[in-house]
Amino acid sequence: MLETIWFCLVALMVATYVVLDGYDLGAGIVHLFVARSDDERRLVLKSIGPFWDGNEVWLLAGGGTLYFAFPALYAASFSGFYLPLMMVLWLLMLRGIAIEFRSHLDSDVWRPLWDVTFGVASALLAIFFGVALGNVVRGVPLDASGYFFLPLWTNFGISGPLGILDWYTVIVGLAAFLTLTLHGALWVAWKTDGPIEERCRDLALRAWWLTAVLIVLITVLSFLVQPQLIASFAARPWGYVIPVAALTAFALVRVWAAPRPGAAFLASSVFIAAMLSSAAFGLYPYVLPSRINPGFGLTITNAAAPAYGLRIGLGWWIPGVALAIVYVVFLYRRFGGKVRLHEEAY
Amino acid sequence: MDTALAVDRLQFAFTVTFHYIFPQLTMGLALLLVVLKTLALRTGDEHYNRSARFWAKIFAINFAMGVVTGIPMEFQFGTNWARFSKAAGGVLGQTLAMEGVFSFFLESTFLGLLIFGEKRLGPRLHWMAAFLVFLGSWLSGFFIIATDAWMQNPVGYAIGPGGEILLRSFRELIFNPWILWQYSHNMTGAVVTASFVMSAVGAFYLLTRHHEAHGRTFVRVGVTAGIIATVVMLFPTGDGQGKMITLHQPVTLAAMEGLFQTAEGAPLALVGQPDTDRMQLDNPLVIPRALSFLTYRRWGAKVQGLDAFPRDVWPDNIPLLYFSYHIMVGLGTVFIAVMALATLQMLRGKLYDSRWLLWILMLSFPFPYIATTAGWITAEVGRQPWLIYGLMRTADGPSPSVSSGNGLFTLLGFMGMYALLAILFLFLVYREIEHGPESPEGPAAAH
Repeated sequence: MLETIWFCLVALMVATYVVLDGYDLGAGIVHLFVARSDDERRLVLKSIGPFWDGNEVWLLAGGGTLYFAFPALYAASFSGFYLPLMMVLWLLMLRGIAIEFRSHLDSDVWRPLWDVTFGVASALLAIFFGVALGNVVRGVPLDASGYFFLPLWTNFGISGPLGILDWYTVIVGLAAFLTLTLHGALWVAWKTDGPIEERCRDLALRAWWLTAVLIVLITVLSFLVQPQLIASFAARPWGYVIPVAALTAFALVRVWAAPRPGAAFLASSVFIAAMLSSAAFGLYPYVLPSRINPGFGLTITNAAAPAYGLRIGLGWWIPGVALAIVYVVFLYRRFGGKVRLHEEAY
Repeated sequence: MDTALAVDRLQFAFTVTFHYIFPQLTMGLALLLVVLKTLALRTGDEHYNRSARFWAKIFAINFAMGVVTGIPMEFQFGTNWARFSKAAGGVLGQTLAMEGVFSFFLESTFLGLLIFGEKRLGPRLHWMAAFLVFLGSWLSGFFIIATDAWMQNPVGYAIGPGGEILLRSFRELIFNPWILWQYSHNMTGAVVTASFVMSAVGAFYLLTRHHEAHGRTFVRVGVTAGIIATVVMLFPTGDGQGKMITLHQPVTLAAMEGLFQTAEGAPLALVGQPDTDRMQLDNPLVIPRALSFLTYRRWGAKVQGLDAFPRDVWPDNIPLLYFSYHIMVGLGTVFIAVMALATLQMLRGKLYDSRWLLWILMLSFPFPYIATTAGWITAEVGRQPWLIYGLMRTADGPSPSVSSGNGLFTLLGFMGMYALLAILFLFLVYREIEHGPESPEGPAAAH
């Protein structure tokens, strides 16, 4: 029971991270297309300015929570996904300094350099996170020792020697890229006005169709690649509520994208959270399935920390995160409304 | 030494040393920012708000560097030290997760408000934002120290049936006696760094005759904080930390002090080079019986030397431990002297015209960074050969699945990335300092 609670809490943190950092990653992707002058780029950056750093904290806090609740999962997955994780770190660094440092110098060399860095790093991160999800759903070569190691790629197939990149995980990566492009375009449309808002709406409407195709594709492929998903939904049919909610939200994104970008952004957030929840529901009780032998897979029971620590953890985690939500709400209210240039920073 | 283990250790040492350049300034500066904002609120003088804004920009650059170099630290527990994480995650996950939940949200939210929100918040709420950034960064320091303190002095645990380390008492984990001294010593060190940096920038302005009004404020605030912090660094915090080591890691104490032979009335080595093969200190310059007094407050007390312990529990790099400890203590003593001189001149009203002293203040800012780094090397090399003192050896901690080739690949990647970061950082900080606090539209205001 405690393990299930922590499974849900970790899933909640991951989903919150993807929804929140997802829109600023998306803003990074779209800003190369929708912003055509330095002023317009600054406007896009300003729309994420006070938020992006806090959004990234959900990754750190989520990682910490994962470490605390499921140490065996943390140990196995972080060492097994060694190379892509390190690359994610480098991309996060480049992207962070691109955002923070681009406006320090007014130069025709400095700013475009960081703008492209910001855009490319954001796009690669979106793809990497999708690939990571694909890897977890597909399963990894966990053996009896409880560890595995994946090279970046082997033969791009899902049988035989596995790699991080194969045809399935690459498709999931592309789906994540499109989903976050759509998500980011809706955020920027919501937070800006004028030509940028219009271009973002157009981009969102076009991205929606591509996203729709890929979402259908990865849903079908996931059930083929990971039989545990079928078993989970067959055993607990009420779980179909989650993908249905995802589909409804996705349809609402399309309905609201043009007239109400704010509402469409919220629908997109629900869509992303529900898609991730579907994956989590489908894998449960596994947290990292093994492709060698299902018995070697990590589950919420064999990966969890002992009950005493998990119980103590609830005591500080719930008030701590409640407090964090208060800060976040305060911040978003203080910086509500559309952003404009030439308001002084101070 | 096994190569994968060597690479894992080197990568952690390199990334954490580089990382800690930034938090030591931001944690100390957060306190000084609260001081400046309080002065602004009390006096209603815009001058202090301009000072605070200037330092908030320096703070923001350092904070960004601290965040981006900090993420790899948490990740490396899993990527490179998987066996350690699996064994001890049920204990250390608590403090690491608490850092994320309690301090990172606080810091990141209110830093956004501190930098972007002065007009929206008004003076009182803006002071509050500065205070909460301070609180967040000091809480973050607490949880990291609590984590390290448990590795130095494990408490409140039990060993499970599979050899895993289980949390037995959360209270003991959080009230580990090691935390009190290590935390106060470390946070005082952060204030020392910040006060030297602030007075160095002030001295630079006074010497170059630019922004002189701000230069005087920076020197005054820096020296005032500096004299308090440098003294507290020595006593009681440094002394208390030493007591902890004497009590829980006596072999480390012997290695730090270069004491090879157990002795009653043990001497304190000021200078000398440890020779672990011949078991002696070469070219020693010592104060007779002083080590006994410092350790036990009795001139004739018996202090255990390295000869009292089997070699397999000796720290595995005694010369590095010995030198880093002596560099830390030596520099700490010089800091007190510099700050005492500056305080004396300040009280006599002559500080701002003592150009020789301003030169010293300006040039001394790198040394607190060196002393802090040496202090952390003392703590971490002193813990060897243990990863968790007495419980788990460092050699038993690395990830079984990560080869030395993959480890070296990422270590080289970090080196390249951090070289780039260091150049950018120095360039941007130099620009902020050159630009100065006086104009409202600083280079960073273009966000």
